[in-house]
Parts: sequence; C-alpha cells; structure tokens
Amino acid sequence: MKEEIILEVSDLRTSFFDEDFEIKAVDGVSFELPKGKTLGIVGESGSGKSITALSILRLIAKNGKVVGGEILFNGKDLTKLSEREIRDIRGNDISMIFQEPMTSLNPVYTIGKQIYEALKVHQGMDKKEGDKRVVELLELVGIPSPKQRMKQYPHELSGGMRQRVMIAMALACNPKLLIADEPTTALDVTIQAQILDLINDLQEELGMSVIMITHDLGVVAETCDYVAVMYGGQVVEYQEVKELFKNPKHPYTVGLLNSMPRHDVDVDELEPIKGNVPSVRNMPKGCRFAPRCPFATELCVTELPELDRKEDGSEVRCWIYSDRWDGDPEVSVRNEERTT
Amino acid sequence: MVKFIVRRLLQLIPVLLGVTIIVFSLMHLTPGNPAQIIAGESATPETVAQIEKRLGLDEPIPVQFFHFVKDAATFDFGNSWRTSLPVSTELWPKFWVTLELAIYSMIFSIVFGMAAGIISAVRQYSWADVSVMLIALFGLSMPNFWLGLMLMQWFSINLGWFPPTGWGSASQILLPVITLGTSGAAVIARMTRSSMLDVISQDYIRTARAKGLKERVITYRHALKNALIPVVTVIGLQFGGLLAGAVLTESVFSINGMGKLIVDRILARDFPVVQAGILVIAVVFVFINLLVDISYKFLNKRIDMD
Repeated sequence: MKEEIILEVSDLRTSFFDEDFEIKAVDGVSFELPKGKTLGIVGESGSGKSITALSILRLIAKNGKVVGGEILFNGKDLTKLSEREIRDIRGNDISMIFQEPMTSLNPVYTIGKQIYEALKVHQGMDKKEGDKRVVELLELVGIPSPKQRMKQYPHELSGGMRQRVMIAMALACNPKLLIADEPTTALDVTIQAQILDLINDLQEELGMSVIMITHDLGVVAETCDYVAVMYGGQVVEYQEVKELFKNPKHPYTVGLLNSMPRHDVDVDELEPIKGNVPSVRNMPKGCRFAPRCPFATELCVTELPELDRKEDGSEVRCWIYSDRWDGDPEVSVRNEERTT
Repeated sequence: MVKFIVRRLLQLIPVLLGVTIIVFSLMHLTPGNPAQIIAGESATPETVAQIEKRLGLDEPIPVQFFHFVKDAATFDFGNSWRTSLPVSTELWPKFWVTLELAIYSMIFSIVFGMAAGIISAVRQYSWADVSVMLIALFGLSMPNFWLGLMLMQWFSINLGWFPPTGWGSASQILLPVITLGTSGAAVIARMTRSSMLDVISQDYIRTARAKGLKERVITYRHALKNALIPVVTVIGLQFGGLLAGAVLTESVFSINGMGKLIVDRILARDFPVVQAGILVIAVVFVFINLLVDISYKFLNKRIDMD
C-alpha cells in the first residue's frame, strides 16, 4: 500500500531580487513527505534549506518570491493561495520553529500571551479557555510550574526553555506538519538532545509530520525517516535515512558522511570536502557540485543532471547513475573503509 | 517603582541647584547694571546706589546667591524689579499659555510624526515613504520662525483663514502649534521609521507571521510596541527643544507666553522673573524626562527600575 503523502514539493524555485539581478536561492527542489513521518533536509549554510522551509509557509522576505514549482499540502497548492488563505494555514495546519530561540519571542509580551495569540486567531478561544490550554501546552513541552511561567517574559527564561515555548506555540493548534528550522543549533549540546527527544515524542503522541532542517547528520540519524540532501539550491539526493547512511549515492553525500566523526568506524583523520560552496551569484553551469567533485568529467561541468528517480524510490542528481556517464564505468563513489 | 521615582525626585535637587548657579552667574556676568536700567539713563549715582541697596545688589555675589536659593526653596521668588508685582503673579498666567502651546505642539508632533513614520516603514521605498521622508526633511531643515512667518503669510494674510496673532481660540492655536510642532514631528517620523524598520526584520516578527497573525496586528501589536522605546526617548528630548522653540514662536505670533516674558525681562535685567522662569522650565523638562523613564518600564520589560 502506498503511503499517504502530506506534503509534495516539486521543482520549487525561489529567487531574491536585488535591483534587476535575480539570485536563485532555491532552484528546483523536489521531495515528498509521507504522513506522520520525518523528513530531514540537510545541507551546508547557503544551500537553500531554510529558504525552502520558509517558502512552504510563504514567509520569505519582501524581495524574495517563489517563481516556480508547486507545494502540495494535502493536495492544495500553497503557492497559489491568497494571503488570507495562507494565513489560516500558518500556525494552524503547518507550524514552524526557528533556529534562534533567544530572539524568536517578542520581548515585550508574556509567553502565555504569545501562545494564546495563536489559539485566539485560529480557534477563537476566549481568555479563560486559552489560559487553560496554554498551561496544558507548557506542561506538554516539559516546562515546570506552567501557571507561573506563563506570566513570565522571554528574558526570564533560558534558551532551552524558550525553545520549548516556541514548540508549545507551534503545537497550540495541533498542526499536521511541523517545520523545525535548525531547532537545536543555538542550544547547548545537552539541551539539544532534550529538544530533539521532545520533538520525537510529541510527533508520536500527536501524529504530526515533521520537516527537520539541519546541517548535522547526527540529528538526521537520530530523528528522520527520509532525507533530502541539498546543495547549491537543489536537492541532490533523496533517500530513506538508513539507505542514505548505508548506501549514499551522490558524491556530495559521501563527502558529507566522510567529514562527519563517527563512533562506529575508527579513522585517524576526517576528510573534508575540498573547496567552498558556490556563490549564489555565480553558480556553475553544469552540476553545482562539479567543481568540488573528485569524479567530475566534461559532461558534469557542462550540463546539469536531472533529479532522477530510481526504482527503490530514491532520487539522485548525478551523471554517474545515468546512461550518458562518460567517466570510468566501474567508478565507486564510496570510500569502502568509511561507509560500511 | 516608587523607590525609583523617589530617587529621581531627589536627583532633581542637584539638577536645579546647577541650573540656578548657571542662570544666576549668567545674569550677573552680563554687562549692564540693573539698577542703572531701572533708574534710567539720567539718574544720579546716588539714586542708582540707593536702588542697588534696596535690591541687595550691593552685597557680594555669593551672599546674593545664598539669599536667592534660600527664598527659592520656599517658593518665594520675590517681586519683579520692573513691575514690582510678585513674580508668581507675573509668571503663572504666562506659564500656562506656554505649557498649553508646548503640549499641543507635542501632541501634534507625536500624532503626525508616528503616523508618518509607521506608514514610511511599512511601505518602505514606496512613493508614500519617499514623499513622507522628503516632507520630514523639509520640516527638519526649516527654522520654525520662518515657517511661522510663511504660514501667517499664506493662511492669515493671503487666504484670511486664521487670525495672525494671539492665543486662546482654536483658530488662533492652530498655526503656532504647526509652527512649533513641525520639526518635532519630522524628527519623530524619522526615528519611528528607522526603529520600525529595525524591528520589522527581527526574528520575533517572523514568529508572529508564522503564527498566522494579520499584518495589521503584527505591525501594531508586535512591531510598534518594540519600536517605541527609542522614539519615546526622542520625544522626551524634543520637549526641551519645544520649550526653547516656544520663545520664537511666541514672538512671531505675538503670544503673551513665558518665552516672550523671559526674553523681555532679560533685556530689562529683571533678575527675579528671569531666574524663576528658567527654573520653572528646568523643572518641567526634568519631569517630562521622568515620565519618559517611567514609560520605559511599561515598554521594555527587561528594564529593572529598582
């Protein structure tokens, strides 16, 4: 039986306009997310992963615009909704939590009021009912003595507590999809694990689907069912998470895995990916990764490969797996020692 | 909070003492003997000496200062040297006129300045933004006596819509208030705009948007309250400028206010009136800034007053 797909993004393109110059921050991103599952979007800074997430809720800055593609949420194309319709979805069907808990809460209102706002706007709750629900939510995300806490201002809480408040706010209206944009990057390591566990537990409890945006493959391994690897504004590989770690296909994914410390494989030295992420103002003509790819051929440099769907449901954007591959036919992108 | 207010009120004492010293010294350092002015050009030195003795001007300056402070502490500013009326009788009616002018102008500045600033920020780089900022630049660069004269020329003399002078009726109040309030409105508009723009790009505004709130609610509930903090500071400082500007505006529109009174009495070397007038202005200024500081507490929860 085919799983029910809650979110399907196809060929999403988001650009920013600086005078007349178009900066293609997201340039052909496709992935799908089955209901109740977690999709990880991984990539380096500037790969377009946050912009992808913001595009889903249409929260990109004024000078940015979704210029192409579809975002189907339960069959509805979010890119075509009116401002009013998308507002009804934000914080209601789809919620988002952000990277910076320290600055993501309004300093001049109590946390209780800020959570209540979502309840009031989407569910029309009055103050009394709302307060009860706020206490419930704060309890749910593990904030002690919620009745007192809800009257506090953000500056009276620690970073971890604030991220819990953000999560409580996001969960207020029982969203079907939670987008978490690097929710643990700004937190201490010990708090990171707590927050990830919390998101995992809540997902099971509430049956939400989750998009986890991160640059940390450790987070992916711990929380995700599927992974989309992004590079230069594009998805280069989409796989089930176990397959990705066991059998990475794209040379960039392999590079990422090689540069990550692991406790199960003993290596003396980590292997970084050589070179830098290409600038959005000056993208390579062919494969975006070609300048840094150890296997790149003439074809890679001149022509951009398509994101190709394999029989097992995985997708990869690389010439090596196509009929037109002009390099070593026996090439293996995997470094056997490292990726067992 | 109470502790904070009491502490601020106590700080008022050295501030007023400082103001007194400065005003007192300035008055005594300016050339021109008050007794000579009172007695007239042709008075004999004996008459002048007599007047000096009556006014206490023959005593050493520190002693004079001591007397002044002692009387001022009991709100006794003595009698005017020019009219012999008690200083309070001279000052109060004019003080109210000036205070009215300053407060109406302040309200004008705040209402128009903030509205313009918000429109500019919300629609950054639109024609509305560009024209508002252009008008603000004009308002800021124009000396207010000149603006007053121009307004008077157009609206009172050419069009005959408003009386050109006086104070009291609504039609008399309008032009002076615009004259005095315009530069403040311009400063507040620019401050509001930049502060709003700064706040609008903050993470918590994105959070508010992600919650599904309407743009209007985001602008007024989430952005404006944060943006007000620096604007309120500017409003407090503006009030000082307003009191100073009142002097010119009162002269232009022949309003019988305190500004005009002080200028007249400086020329007449009427020390008691000048000193009392300036002290009153200083007290008002300090109080307004106390109000500003108290309002911070309500705007910014991170400030701990005690």
